[in-house]
Amino acid sequence: MELILEGVRKACALIASFDPEVLGITLLSLKISGLATLISLFVGVSGGTAVALIKFPGKKLVISLINTGMGLPPVVVGLFVTVLIWRNGPFGFLEILYTPAAMVIAQAIIATPIVTGISLAAIQQLPENLRLQIMSLGATRLQMVWIMIKEARLPLLAAVMAGFGGVISEVGASIMVGGNIKGYSRVLTTATVMETSRGNFDMAIALGIILLLLAFCVNLLLTRIQQGQIPR
Amino acid sequence: MKRVKIIGLIVFAITAMLFFTNSNNGQAAPQQRNIILATTTSTQDSGLLDVLLPVFEKKTGYFVKTIAVGSGQAMAMGQKGEADVLLVHFPDAERKFIAEGFGINRRLIMHNDFIVVGPVHDPANIKSIKSAEGKKMAVESLIKIGSSGALFLSRGDNSGTHAQEKKLWKAAEINPDGQKWYQQTGLGMGHTLSIAGEKKAYTLADRGTYLAMKKNLGLDILVEGDAVLLNVYHVIEVNSGRWPKVNAAGAKAFADFMASGEAQALIKNFGINKFGSPLFFPDAGKKLEDLGT
Repeated sequence: MELILEGVRKACALIASFDPEVLGITLLSLKISGLATLISLFVGVSGGTAVALIKFPGKKLVISLINTGMGLPPVVVGLFVTVLIWRNGPFGFLEILYTPAAMVIAQAIIATPIVTGISLAAIQQLPENLRLQIMSLGATRLQMVWIMIKEARLPLLAAVMAGFGGVISEVGASIMVGGNIKGYSRVLTTATVMETSRGNFDMAIALGIILLLLAFCVNLLLTRIQQGQIPR
Repeated sequence: MKRVKIIGLIVFAITAMLFFTNSNNGQAAPQQRNIILATTTSTQDSGLLDVLLPVFEKKTGYFVKTIAVGSGQAMAMGQKGEADVLLVHFPDAERKFIAEGFGINRRLIMHNDFIVVGPVHDPANIKSIKSAEGKKMAVESLIKIGSSGALFLSRGDNSGTHAQEKKLWKAAEINPDGQKWYQQTGLGMGHTLSIAGEKKAYTLADRGTYLAMKKNLGLDILVEGDAVLLNVYHVIEVNSGRWPKVNAAGAKAFADFMASGEAQALIKNFGINKFGSPLFFPDAGKKLEDLGT
């Protein structure tokens, strides 16, 4: 209990003093996970919408695969990405292992099925007649898709939040493909693991609290967008 | 309302991209400047690298990417050409690594020692083993732990420390695998020490990590000073003849730095202020035989 209080105190001190190292780690977490979420947003919403609206053979199988992907274990993603992009792997020429770019890729792979799965369900739960009605009013196919997406914006933003929540809190893949390099690829989760292994539990708790605060702020912003208020 | 949502998303997108490109401009170094250092967890968990690397980077302009894993995994990375230089403590495997042509220029950098740590009340009573029994102290203590059935935690991660521990069990003629009192954590030294503290268990640790973490553990040093417990760290450059993508110049620069007077002085003084005693002893230029094995 004392340790938790000490951790809280340390977190406050770190935030109040704008500790440059912690600030850098926090911003990097936000950048990497934000960008990964953004990628997953484009791929996931368009992919999910496409699967929801198009009829094709094997659709149930594809949906099952997407739903399974929502539970992709980050370490497994990390392992595969590592093996693919290391120097002597098929994408070794990119030379991006142990860089923030590799972390974005791994996190985007983790977040995309989550966003896709929820988007898919969001579009599917819209009433079947809505689509027919839009089409009968003379909308083009593209306009129809756009209206459907707008109609499902509440669950779609929930998809973004779930995707972001999945990657900002993820540690297994980040540590494998990023390497937890000081001042370069160290993010809040990997720093927390390292401080724990060093026995600096107060620092680890402080970093954990900052991570929670960061997730809270981002979700607050997204929720305000979702609920249709102007974020200020 | 809908416009708000779209604007919100665009703002989010732009800020995210801005942030990201910023970080690239500020930090990414040209490729050949990057050195991948695969090392044991103890050099990172003790904080030693945090002292050494900034000096090296400032001096040479290289950027060191430290990947802290067990010594076994570090060498596996070297074998695949996925690291440029290694700082490890697993002598038997290192010799094999060199003999098979994966690494060159293996140099002694520093040592400390392994210690057997355990709960203060010492249920297996290993503290009473007299140093007069000389060389066998460490092995004797494991025999006692085994026969008393007190919990022993193993790293179980093919690290240098794990290799040393397996060697001691072999000398004790005990096969601990599958025994109720023997558990493997599969984690680094720091984590394993924390778990040992929590479970009041015995474990084998390197002195550096133990001293760095001592304050929270509630574990005492119970056996130390046995010659068999010497823990030596070598630096090895990965053979670029075998893996052309290896940054040979960078690896050599790092290895040279580790053996230089400047780094050796930093190693010598590291931890004295914070922990009251040095965590590592510099050995560059010495031979293994000089250390008394």
